[in-house]
Amino acid sequence: MWLSATGAHAAEPSAHTVPNNLAQRMMACTLCHGSEGRATASGYFPRIAGKPAGYLYNQLTHFRDGRRQNPGMANLLDHLSDAYLRDIAEHFAAIDLPYPPPQTPRVSPEMHARAEALVRQGDPARKLPACVACHGERLTGMNPAVPGLLGMPRDYLIGQLGGWQTGLRHAHAPDCMGQVAKALSAEDVGALATWLSAQALPANTRPAPSSANPLPLRCGSAVP
Amino acid sequence: MAHTNQVSPVRRLLSVAAAAALVAGLALVFVLWQQLSVPALPALNSPQPVANSALVERGAYLALAGNCAGCHSARGGQPYAGGRAIPTPFGTVFASNLTPDAETGLGRWSAEAFWRAMHHGQSRDGRLLVPVFPYDSYTQVSRADSDALYAYLGSLPAVAQTNRPHALRWPYNTQFALATWRMLYFEPQAFAPDATQNAEWNRGAYLVRGLGHCAACHSARDALGGPAGDLAGGRLPEPAWLAPSLRAESEAGVQHWDIARTVELLQRGTTTGASVMGPMAEVVFESTQHLNTADLRAMALYLQALAPQSVQQPEFEPARGDQLALGEKVYEQNCVDCHGAQGQGATGAYPALAGNRAVTQAQSANPVLAVLAGGFAPATAGNPQPYGMPPYRTLLTDAEIAAVVTHLRQSWGNRASAVRPHDVQRLR
Repeated sequence: MWLSATGAHAAEPSAHTVPNNLAQRMMACTLCHGSEGRATASGYFPRIAGKPAGYLYNQLTHFRDGRRQNPGMANLLDHLSDAYLRDIAEHFAAIDLPYPPPQTPRVSPEMHARAEALVRQGDPARKLPACVACHGERLTGMNPAVPGLLGMPRDYLIGQLGGWQTGLRHAHAPDCMGQVAKALSAEDVGALATWLSAQALPANTRPAPSSANPLPLRCGSAVP
Repeated sequence: MAHTNQVSPVRRLLSVAAAAALVAGLALVFVLWQQLSVPALPALNSPQPVANSALVERGAYLALAGNCAGCHSARGGQPYAGGRAIPTPFGTVFASNLTPDAETGLGRWSAEAFWRAMHHGQSRDGRLLVPVFPYDSYTQVSRADSDALYAYLGSLPAVAQTNRPHALRWPYNTQFALATWRMLYFEPQAFAPDATQNAEWNRGAYLVRGLGHCAACHSARDALGGPAGDLAGGRLPEPAWLAPSLRAESEAGVQHWDIARTVELLQRGTTTGASVMGPMAEVVFESTQHLNTADLRAMALYLQALAPQSVQQPEFEPARGDQLALGEKVYEQNCVDCHGAQGQGATGAYPALAGNRAVTQAQSANPVLAVLAGGFAPATAGNPQPYGMPPYRTLLTDAEIAAVVTHLRQSWGNRASAVRPHDVQRLR
């Protein structure tokens, strides 16, 4: 289909102009992901503002190329070049905005203990590294390609871990996060998502700088 | 009562009719048998020889003109390795592997076999091909161009990916059905230049009618999948975009456009007051933006010269006041910032809605799908950072989308039919 104006109208309307910048171009994204990429705590849409650019770029190509399944996202990205996707990723990564207050779901003491142990220590018996080992001590992610885990809706976090477990979500091989998610039980997923969505943000919400040490697992996405 | 051996006139008539039916039946069987008896062509024993680079380069260009990769690559899959599901009213067809893998691709195909597929719609082993592969268009592609395409495909890395069998319903999944379709609708036909037209027009005709296979979407199909209405618009299956008529001024005809404007639309994806969306955005992104300006000019000239077609516009009936009021409210809340208070659009960014043919065309599917799915104009060399429209599928109800599209179709001088919530629901 092509949208085309014939211009056959008598009264010439006054000119309407919009800013010629990326923020205006990204209106297609921010309707769901919140003003300037800052999603609200409610609902399913994740915050994208301030995430590492490499992570955002990887997700954009994952949606376009079918490693993540979301027909709405794929439809938006189908006719965009890699260069533009990189511009888009850098645009949202550079946005530094305050987070909304965390969700306040009920976290039972058992849930709290289970989640905090996985986050801080992992579970060597199941070859599960601690979340903080990759996602940063503050859980705000690590440049260039590991996302922060805070300030996200609980339903979204459950959806992503479940997506990896069932094979709906993939990252570049070797898919380290897929490996981690498949080793988690349903109780682990529930505890982690609940705990993470209930955490207050630290003062510094920026991703940690790129680590000189190797990550505990081999990750195809770490080198965008 | 007098006894007679004479045959009554009625019986005579019946036997003549029976004989005629028998002859017609035999003729039909003969024609179908002819369609079905296609010899296999010999398989290549060794890999095809490496073609010279000029031929490969030419083939690469032609593959873009035909957007072969568009169907023959699955989302996220290897280019040209096949696997993309193509929905049709008769079931799903899975595109085949065109890479030179000997077991699963075209590795054992000769140039002759490739040409036969393009020109006659027959596979190397003699099977009739499903015309979702648009050989009713490709039959016009020259042998030289077919050979260049063959050389290019042969130069690709071989990908071992077994073709997935089509999921067509009976009887469409039979060779007999394909033979019948061919008997009714298909005849191999070399491109015949029109001596009364200049070389540029003929080049345009060759591209539009042949490799460009514009008719695959822009011509309607009858109940048996035969062509119906030459470039006068068609409907795509799932999602049901309308490929507008290329001959009607009220749809996407360009008879009244400058050549340069059509060229810009095909090259850049947007032009003064127009931008491509939906399936046509894919065509510009994957195919036409890569064509040289001489070829685009030829196509534009040919499209400009198409015989115009007038579309019967139903008598205008204004929508109910409450629907228009809701539509105006939804427009003010969601659309006005980009498309303007008078639907005038923003130059270089968002298309005008006032006087926009895609908004006002007789059937309302495209503006409804545009609101449901949103989308960006294609990223092209001339428009590397296109503007986009959000998808409203999960944000607005059927009644709200019907109302806002009705508002667009009946404001600022637009006079098109109202949209019902039911029309939106069917397109979700």
